[in-house]
Amino acid sequence: MSERSERPSEHGDEVGRPTDAGGRTTDSVVRAAATPDEPMPFAELGMKQDEYDRVKDILGRRPTGAELAIYSVMWSEHCSYKSSKVHLKQFATKAPKSEALLVGMGENAGVVDIGDGWAATFKIESHNHPSYVEPHQGAATGVGGIVRDIMSMGARPIAVMDSLRFGAADAVDTRRVLPGVVEGISHYGNCLGLPNIGGEVVFDPCYIGNPLVNALCVGLLRKDQIKLATAPGPGNKVVLFGASTGPDGIGGASVLASATFEDESQAKRPAVQVGDPFMEKLLIECCLELYAADVVVGIQDLGAAGVSCATTELAAKGTGGMDVDLNLVPLRDPSLRPEEILMSESQERMMAVVRPDDIPAFMAICAKWDVPATVIGEVTDTGRLVMTWDGEVIVDIPPGTAADEGPVYERPFHEPAGQAALNADAPDRLERPADLRATLLKLLGSPNLASKEWVTSQYDRYVRSNTVLAQPADSGMLRISESIAGAEPTTRGIALATDGNGRYAKLDPYAGAQLALAEAYRNVAVTGAKPLAVTNCLNFGSPEDPEVMWQFAEAVRGLADACKTLGVPVTGGNVSFYNQTGSTAINPTPVVGVLGVIDDVAKRVPTGFVAEGLRVVLLGDTHEEFGGSEWAHVVHRHLGGLPPQAALEAEQALATVLVEAASRGLLEGSHDLSDGGLAVALAESCLARGVGASVELCGDAFTELFSESAARALVAVRPEAYDEFASLCARHEVPCYGLGVTGGTSLVVKDVFEVPVEELRETHSAALPALFG
Amino acid sequence: MARVIVDVMLKPEILDPQGQAIARALPRLGFSGVSSVRQGKRFEIELEGAADEAALAEVRKMAETLLANTVIEDYSVRVEG
Amino acid sequence: MSAARVGVVTFPGTLDDQDAARAVRLVGAQAVPLWHADRDLNGVDAVFLPGGFSYGDYLRCGAISRFAPLMEEIVPAAKAGLPVIGTCNGFQILCEAHLLPGALTRNGSLHYVCRDQKLRVEQTATAWTNAFEAGQEIVLPVKHGEGRYVADADTLAALEAGGHVVVRYLGGNPNGSLNDIAGIRNEAGNVVGLMPHPEHAVEELVGAPSTDGLGFFTSILKNLVNA
Repeated sequence: MSERSERPSEHGDEVGRPTDAGGRTTDSVVRAAATPDEPMPFAELGMKQDEYDRVKDILGRRPTGAELAIYSVMWSEHCSYKSSKVHLKQFATKAPKSEALLVGMGENAGVVDIGDGWAATFKIESHNHPSYVEPHQGAATGVGGIVRDIMSMGARPIAVMDSLRFGAADAVDTRRVLPGVVEGISHYGNCLGLPNIGGEVVFDPCYIGNPLVNALCVGLLRKDQIKLATAPGPGNKVVLFGASTGPDGIGGASVLASATFEDESQAKRPAVQVGDPFMEKLLIECCLELYAADVVVGIQDLGAAGVSCATTELAAKGTGGMDVDLNLVPLRDPSLRPEEILMSESQERMMAVVRPDDIPAFMAICAKWDVPATVIGEVTDTGRLVMTWDGEVIVDIPPGTAADEGPVYERPFHEPAGQAALNADAPDRLERPADLRATLLKLLGSPNLASKEWVTSQYDRYVRSNTVLAQPADSGMLRISESIAGAEPTTRGIALATDGNGRYAKLDPYAGAQLALAEAYRNVAVTGAKPLAVTNCLNFGSPEDPEVMWQFAEAVRGLADACKTLGVPVTGGNVSFYNQTGSTAINPTPVVGVLGVIDDVAKRVPTGFVAEGLRVVLLGDTHEEFGGSEWAHVVHRHLGGLPPQAALEAEQALATVLVEAASRGLLEGSHDLSDGGLAVALAESCLARGVGASVELCGDAFTELFSESAARALVAVRPEAYDEFASLCARHEVPCYGLGVTGGTSLVVKDVFEVPVEELRETHSAALPALFG
Repeated sequence: MARVIVDVMLKPEILDPQGQAIARALPRLGFSGVSSVRQGKRFEIELEGAADEAALAEVRKMAETLLANTVIEDYSVRVEG
Repeated sequence: MSAARVGVVTFPGTLDDQDAARAVRLVGAQAVPLWHADRDLNGVDAVFLPGGFSYGDYLRCGAISRFAPLMEEIVPAAKAGLPVIGTCNGFQILCEAHLLPGALTRNGSLHYVCRDQKLRVEQTATAWTNAFEAGQEIVLPVKHGEGRYVADADTLAALEAGGHVVVRYLGGNPNGSLNDIAGIRNEAGNVVGLMPHPEHAVEELVGAPSTDGLGFFTSILKNLVNA
């Protein structure tokens, strides 16, 4: 297959020669060719026999230990998307036409045109399992990883958000996991100087052994400054910069090292990666200065597969070849073997491709920021990724075979055995409450709907001084103009929201994924921004379980269809499989992030009732939809039936009205309707500024107040603007119901109940502190 | 080669919320008989030469200047071994 | 008259430097970026030490920054009367540098806290608070994990007796500071340190729901014009 790998080593070494001070054998390409039958621990590295056979086919010999390290990690589910690929391609094939999309899926993060020469790049990524093992470091490094993805696009990261799922709020382990996760996000994100502007915190017993920590980062750059992960230009230098490489997260590689080389020092390696946010902050400023000095040809962050991933991907997308001397990689632990260096997940590292003439300038900028940087190799036109260790060639592979040509599985799937029974168990049989006031307070004080201030007050939402809206607003919103020093002014802003409802997706993954998109889309629109693009983090159980795979296939199909209908393309995202304990998977949890643009950020619509004497208007129709609802969950511990209908055309019309009304200055406040329905939306709107409201309902009060029908929002309109607003709604066929007015110190639902805002506040704010101290 | 240990502790009169939190957690974990916990920092300083009086004086100066904030912290210096 | 020049210092890990510079510009002064490794104050009329996590807050907040080359210029200049303000990490640095007494320690709650905080301006005889009225109640954001002001009893008594407490927390102490102290000044009144962030309360559109932070910046202008 390969010319070079068959060639005798230029060093003429004998097979099996001990090459280092510890007397350990370097498994060179020459040695591999000479010992074709030496057993390799591919199974311990999670590789299947047929995958291993394919590596041998590609190389025309057995892989060396270092090559096996590279293929095993690059062909892992995490890096290769081998189980999800066949489904994910729908995001491309069904993608709506969008002129805004500058960089789509497949790069570190998608990039969208947000006008006036500006582009935004954003992505959400999971760090679920590490956050269960060590909540603080797991969550912290999750933030660090997604921030580096954004940096590697050439952007300045400007904000983060976190979508979190935990087990039952009162479960013992939740008291370990949640405070640790929040502290990890808080410490890392705050220390980076990135405002945390939104996200979610959701509790459900299904996440007890599998918390979900999905971190989103958004960055800003000039449209013509996009950087890509590519290594073109033979002779260009490959620079590794940032933290040094240590034995972090290389449990797998240790298996390899100990199996190939008898050495006790390899026995124990920590599985937990430790983050250094200070180094990451220096990296951010350093990278931005490198970009400004135009000394970077290509760049890639080092994520899950470390040097393996960065070198193979850069080489595969560039001229095609790269020579690397692994001895040059700066090590925190000098005992590391090459296989471990290749698989190390040490944080806060980046790899750049730099023209030789620019190396001095590159190094000077790194020195200014105290960021260590080392040339470890150079770009070639050989089509081969060649790595040496102690002068011997230990890797010689076509990089594309590792980076892009991993295995692809058409995993079998079928509807879960209990799905029909689950859908048949409709909430109709549940007893309706007599006391709606008590029901509201019970919901408002339940962990999922209670104030998340205990969490969000640990996040800096103000740093960088561009935060227009942050939690508990429906979307986080940022001013663009001042986000990068010295940049041209613009009135524009961006808005971001993430949503996902695992209960809905359990009942119907197709609709559940659409509802997640619809809610995030709506949350962006209610603040006055036009939804533009989508990122997603798809959290599921094991793809090897055909029932889980069905949930996944349905969710992807639903999301792709909904993106097409709503005209918002998926720009990138992440799949997290194996979120299960034993054979019990989590509820399928597609989390969807939507980015929108507001032309004049000063016209943003704040969340809730901001003043007295405003008309309270409900937009959208309410049906009796209680499947998967908060009411069924909190009051009856019931999950069954079907989720609300995803009314996408209605959703689109609603968004059009909201965005246009905001731009015409017709809205004083707004709030989307979702979990807990109108009752909870009214209560939260009163709580925003402590302004009460009096409303009147027509129809069944319970359904009107607690149903979770989609495509609805609450707005507050000045009385004199009401007619103009109503005619705007009529023109777009958005149902519009005047419910009452804002004012007073209570939430009054005529003939149903009255609750003082102060009582709402006490109930709403007490729940989380009572649980977590 | 010698190793010198510098222990830095909050002064007794300064509130130590971290130590208190640990003290509160111990009974929950089944440890009894603890009347208080104070949390501090330990620095291990490897010297190129011997830990003679001059070297120790230098380490004390390091502690005074950088390792401890003597407004709120005390330090102690000892040779390990 | 040319615009007053306020130096804004960046240490490795400083975060609120751009924000402070913007606030300086908003009141019509010139923001002069100062780099920690330089030994040149560029002839600025005043210095702003912004918040952040300089050197990752490793060792102690402000403990390493205090030894920056630029600090070797700032300390004597401050002692000679140059107006200097430190917010959050800047306050921590001023205490570590002994330009202000006492120290900032871990919040009593052990949690980082970001919230809009009500404060009372206790002392207007400083270079940075003369635009306020004594006793004026304002709202500024706090955002820190180590903001609990401590000092020994004598120091505390001297601060109170000398009128050196500049701002005090109202409506709930966010960190357990002694005497609800949010900010203090030196004897001469040219050096002020506080945990809350005036620079995040200067515009209606962004940051805290208040523009009370502007007073700190208009104060320094007033001070420089009158000087």
